[in-house]
Amino acid sequence: MQARKKYVLLGLCTCCWLLLYYWGGLQERLLGLLTHRRGEVVRPWPNWLDRDLLPGYADQAELQNAGGPGDSPRQRRQSWAGIYKDSRCRMDTCFDFARCQGQSSFRVYIYPPEKGERVSESYRKILTSVVESRYFTSDPREACLFVLGIDTLDRDQLSTQFVPNMDERIRGYPLWNDGRNHVIFNLYSGTWPNYTEDLGFNVGQAILAKASLNTEHFRPGFDISIPLFSKEHPQKGGERGWLVRNTVPPRRKYLLMFKGKRYLTGIGSDTRNALHHIHNGKDIVSLTTCRHGKDWEKHKDARCDHDNQEYERFDYQELLHNSTFCLVPRGRRLGSFRFLESLQAACIPVLLSNGWELPFSDVIQWNQAVIEGDERLLLQVPSTVRAVGTDRVLALRQRTQMLWEAYFSSVDKIVLTTLEIIKDRVNSHISRNKFMWNALPGGLLVLPEYSTHLAHYPFYYLNLGISPGQEFTAVIHATSPLVSQSQPIMKLLQVVSKSKYCSQIIILWNSEKPPPHRSKWPPMPVPLIITDGRRKTSSRFLPNAAIETEAVLSLDEDTVLLTSEINFAFHVWQSFPERIVGYPPRSHFWDPVKKAWGYTSKWTNEYSIVLTGAAFYHRYYHHLFSHYLPSSLRALVDRTSNCEDILMNFLVSSVTHLPPIKVAQRKQYKEMPILQGTKMAPWANPEHFTQRQECVNTFASWFGYMPLVHSQFRLDPVLFKDHVSVLRKRYKDLERV
Amino acid sequence: MCASVKYGSRGPALIPRMKTKYRIYYITLFSVVLLGLIATGMFQFWPHSIESSAEWSLDRRSVHDAPLVRIPMSSPIPERGDLSCRMHTCFDVYRCGYNPKNKIKVYIYPLQRFVDEVGVPISSTGLSREYNDLLSAISDSDFYTDDVSRACLFIPSIDVLNQNSLRIRETAQALAMLPRWDKGMNHLLFNMLPGGPPDYNTALDVPRDRALLAGGGFSTWTYRQGYDVSIPVYSPLSVEVDLPERQPGPRRYFILSSQTAIHREYRVELERLKEENGEALLLLDKCSNLSQGLASVRKRCYKGQVYDYPQILQESSFCVVLRGARLGQATLSDVLQAGCVPVIMADSYILPFSEVLDWKRASVVIPEEKLPEMYTILKSIPHRQVEEMQRQKWTSVNSPLFLPLIPPRSPGFTAVVLTYDRIESLFRVITEISKVPSLAKLLVVWNNQNKSPPEESLWPKVAVPLKVLRTKENKLSNRFFPFDEIETEAVLAIDDDIIMLTSDELQFGYEVWREFPDRLVGYPGRLHLWDHEMGKWKYESEWTNEVSMVLTGAAFYHKYFNYLYTYKMPGDIKNWVDAHMNCEDIAMNFLVANITGKAPIKVTPRKKFKCPECTAIDGLSLDQTHMVERSECINKFASVFATMPLKVVEHRADPVLYKDDFPEKLKSFPNIGSL
Repeated sequence: MQARKKYVLLGLCTCCWLLLYYWGGLQERLLGLLTHRRGEVVRPWPNWLDRDLLPGYADQAELQNAGGPGDSPRQRRQSWAGIYKDSRCRMDTCFDFARCQGQSSFRVYIYPPEKGERVSESYRKILTSVVESRYFTSDPREACLFVLGIDTLDRDQLSTQFVPNMDERIRGYPLWNDGRNHVIFNLYSGTWPNYTEDLGFNVGQAILAKASLNTEHFRPGFDISIPLFSKEHPQKGGERGWLVRNTVPPRRKYLLMFKGKRYLTGIGSDTRNALHHIHNGKDIVSLTTCRHGKDWEKHKDARCDHDNQEYERFDYQELLHNSTFCLVPRGRRLGSFRFLESLQAACIPVLLSNGWELPFSDVIQWNQAVIEGDERLLLQVPSTVRAVGTDRVLALRQRTQMLWEAYFSSVDKIVLTTLEIIKDRVNSHISRNKFMWNALPGGLLVLPEYSTHLAHYPFYYLNLGISPGQEFTAVIHATSPLVSQSQPIMKLLQVVSKSKYCSQIIILWNSEKPPPHRSKWPPMPVPLIITDGRRKTSSRFLPNAAIETEAVLSLDEDTVLLTSEINFAFHVWQSFPERIVGYPPRSHFWDPVKKAWGYTSKWTNEYSIVLTGAAFYHRYYHHLFSHYLPSSLRALVDRTSNCEDILMNFLVSSVTHLPPIKVAQRKQYKEMPILQGTKMAPWANPEHFTQRQECVNTFASWFGYMPLVHSQFRLDPVLFKDHVSVLRKRYKDLERV
Repeated sequence: MCASVKYGSRGPALIPRMKTKYRIYYITLFSVVLLGLIATGMFQFWPHSIESSAEWSLDRRSVHDAPLVRIPMSSPIPERGDLSCRMHTCFDVYRCGYNPKNKIKVYIYPLQRFVDEVGVPISSTGLSREYNDLLSAISDSDFYTDDVSRACLFIPSIDVLNQNSLRIRETAQALAMLPRWDKGMNHLLFNMLPGGPPDYNTALDVPRDRALLAGGGFSTWTYRQGYDVSIPVYSPLSVEVDLPERQPGPRRYFILSSQTAIHREYRVELERLKEENGEALLLLDKCSNLSQGLASVRKRCYKGQVYDYPQILQESSFCVVLRGARLGQATLSDVLQAGCVPVIMADSYILPFSEVLDWKRASVVIPEEKLPEMYTILKSIPHRQVEEMQRQKWTSVNSPLFLPLIPPRSPGFTAVVLTYDRIESLFRVITEISKVPSLAKLLVVWNNQNKSPPEESLWPKVAVPLKVLRTKENKLSNRFFPFDEIETEAVLAIDDDIIMLTSDELQFGYEVWREFPDRLVGYPGRLHLWDHEMGKWKYESEWTNEVSMVLTGAAFYHKYFNYLYTYKMPGDIKNWVDAHMNCEDIAMNFLVANITGKAPIKVTPRKKFKCPECTAIDGLSLDQTHMVERSECINKFASVFATMPLKVVEHRADPVLYKDDFPEKLKSFPNIGSL
């Protein structure tokens, strides 16, 4: 506002004030006048004239003082432990962090099973998953977390698997300690008719990993909600999601479907008894049957016969495949098998289960994958799901698949996710953030001990809108002693160090002879580091603190490559930093005669493996190789001095679900062996090849499926062998290979 | 659902952006008026004695005009907050009727001034500036309704932001007197400073039945997950002090502690850390020599040296936010505003908006017990991560087709041929494409309104369905329309004069697309370059070593991109393309690269294409002006997208055995690159 106007107004005010002195009534008119001058639209919440005179909600000194320093923190922690236990347990008050300190801090112990103890199929799988995980310990003294040997999955007293006298038996455990640091797995609690959350024994301060958890009983940040899974749920690997393509428009034949039991009485019947109302026989199929339980005919109502008839007309599997949304209403309990089934089927779950704490709700952002309905608003569900747009359907559907494969497709994944969530709480400052849990490839493949920084991982570059670094570290695997200056490794060192992207070279010395003196190595324009591999083949992929770059160029000592080939491959890797990018292609195939996987090094039209004798990959895979894979597989690699490259390909493809990338024409990356005189290279040995066949099968059985994927293309330089002057070509050398 | 309301309204509410010019002006103006009134005893004329029955019009709009309501002593008191409340038990969804936009409606009670039977107000402050700003923000939002019968959420105008200024019992009675209170159902209260001495509860102590609470300083024991909302404790300093934006990077200090009310036990710990690590730590406290008042809240001291607060926060990488008697600390707001990475040590504290915010990406949360290890923990965080935390906002590309899928080969692809009137060439193209094994269907987009397509009998006989679609206007964007007739995911866009591609090349292109279903996979590659002389982008169609676009004269892509092109293309790009009859392919490249962040894939060696760019102007040979126009397109699109989304790569895709010394008949795609 102009200064003149300001003064005029100020003057006006003074006049008014004088007037007011004699005639108070005028003030209101003045206020009205001023309000109009502001020319603002009258708002529902008034623009108070004296808005700026309103007091602050708190005095600044009061805010900064914030009620003072409070009680003694030490005393507070002590008193908390006394108050907040049992149903008010939190990690701070019911968990003994002191048990989880030290180097290998997070170890899980399982109580040995007692003689004659019968354990259900599902619980056996859970225990197997723990035993095979990298956190298992057989020594209770070093354990941070304890798992019961007694089957607690089914706590329905009417069930045959119900274990009686739990309280008594648990009290017999010397390490029980009122349940502290124990995790109790449970799928079914309570029984007819109320199906309460009660497990039938005192769990004390133990963490519950339970299906169908109710938000009211759920102790946030302490308990873990797990999905209900059937006894057929696979131990490991697990089926992939059913989505194979993103069709557009994304709507399927049916909009919404449900097929299941109708409860005529009892808990859960409110919802189940109403589901038939939304059935329209066209795009919404909601089928219920009364025919379940022993005496269903006793409670039978007028609808039953008609419904039962309609029920038989549709096949559940067919509906799963062809429906965009799947209703997942509560059963007697809050969770149901249906939830995982629709997740796998890429049928977007529409939840009608009020108060259900969703599985792994600590870490999974479910609103990106499901529609959370309200049982009270069942009749609004059709219009709600109809209003979900194309983009959202596509996104929700893909997310169901991502979550299914990351956390639910096998018992292993469910158990590991449970353990990792607890581990993240124990080491809260070295833990995964929400983004890591919810982005591909999922939290289980992110090891926060490696880094908590997103940009240090190979799979987030695109999300972050950044590119990987401009340099690489070459790691040369040397197994033969250095006897002459004309050895292939000498030539290789020259070639690699000439690349402008090479920032350092590491020679991994795995020969029987000690590494030669520094002076034996040629002078290098880049730092040269010799590390001792202790003659273990797996040492090739040990996390090496010396590797400072994100890109690793892995080489065998006798690899033959040109500098420009290295440069080109590095450029390609920068576009695909989550994959293995390199030269020597290999392939796997299914041998129907032997009923086993085969491995071939023949030239074929496709490949699924790129050998790490000449390949780029992200250094994070070193970490995964050494910490995510079980020691049994690494031991196999060391024992046979073979297959480490195949294992790396398995690992990376299991993370990406994609094939590696072969670059340019070169396939033969080594000189042909000289037939007489010299020792034969190990890979020329026929036994070596048989071993590799066996490796492929061993690895596939550990992963529980075949992660390798075939590709039919290779990436060449844009002008490769084009009819254009070589002077124009940046990678002309590649054509002479 | 409920969270979204509060989330939506919090931005403006917490950072009131009033024009300071107006603000200062009105403050001075009304100070004069008010001071004058008080000084001359005119205050008695102020209509503060009007009873609530009186009609209250919007015209008299001073807070003090609000009707006075007397609370009878015996007025009922609500029950204490029910800790077991959840949306499905304590919230009436039936009030929140379904509407297509899923917008819920919020009603704000008109302002009233509650007093007890003897006329003492229930609150020492009445309506505070912050609560008024907050209600204004809600009232300005789409959620607001003045129709109480349509409302889903009710917001009392009783200010309970600071419990210390309230008379608990009377405030509770006032709440219960609200006409729609109904046991607090669907009522939302905002509170930033809960509890009072000596034990400082972590949630508002005012009995409130089932009302939802947006509170600052919840602990895990008082917070009802999925029902309550945790909000930050607002710091008025954020409007008073204008801090310059600092670029992420190293700071003078590593760790700064600026709080004045830190428990002695913790201060001892901090001092010990300071002793061990020296200059890296700055441990500030109140200035003892300054008098109380405004000056003291803006100053901090260390050994007699005075520092400006909150400016000093910008000089440190990490800023400690320790709990005091309360869990929520206004310091957190100051620290965040200063771009310092908060190190939060407040066990059991529910961080603000924790249900939607990823605090681990913007802060370091350390258990109080680990305070002695704070330095080591913070030192282990990589520099780049600290910078990302300082930045506080993350750009991220989220491809709509993010799942790594390699779709099965069948049912193949749909070829969409754009044509005008080159019948002979069109027929040759159709004949060639029909040899491709994975072709599922042929669509001919007939873009000529003046001429009918040839009779059915004249068309080449092909084994797959062939359909001619006549368009209403000769627009280039017609080729990208998501026709219902396209039933496959994969679309091959092809011009009617691309006759030089072999069946092997096309089939191979489709196979490559299957491995990159979220990219453009095409044959002629092009490049954009920065022209340093002209200071703008330039289009390049020469033989280059790099590629950033593939022309849609012959390219595979996902049908989803047809949707995006037709319905979601930003700005006026679509109209520009149709008006200029050019650059639809460049626009498609921009669109796909922008949404996926990925480069296109060029397949197979370059051929002598008959200037595919020239099809748009039909028949003309390579034309300089045409190329100039394509450069213009790039500049135009880059300005509309406000970025250059195109990515440059040096590779193209060839069959694995391309040019290999290997029997041709054993190769899957032998006929590649032949002219």
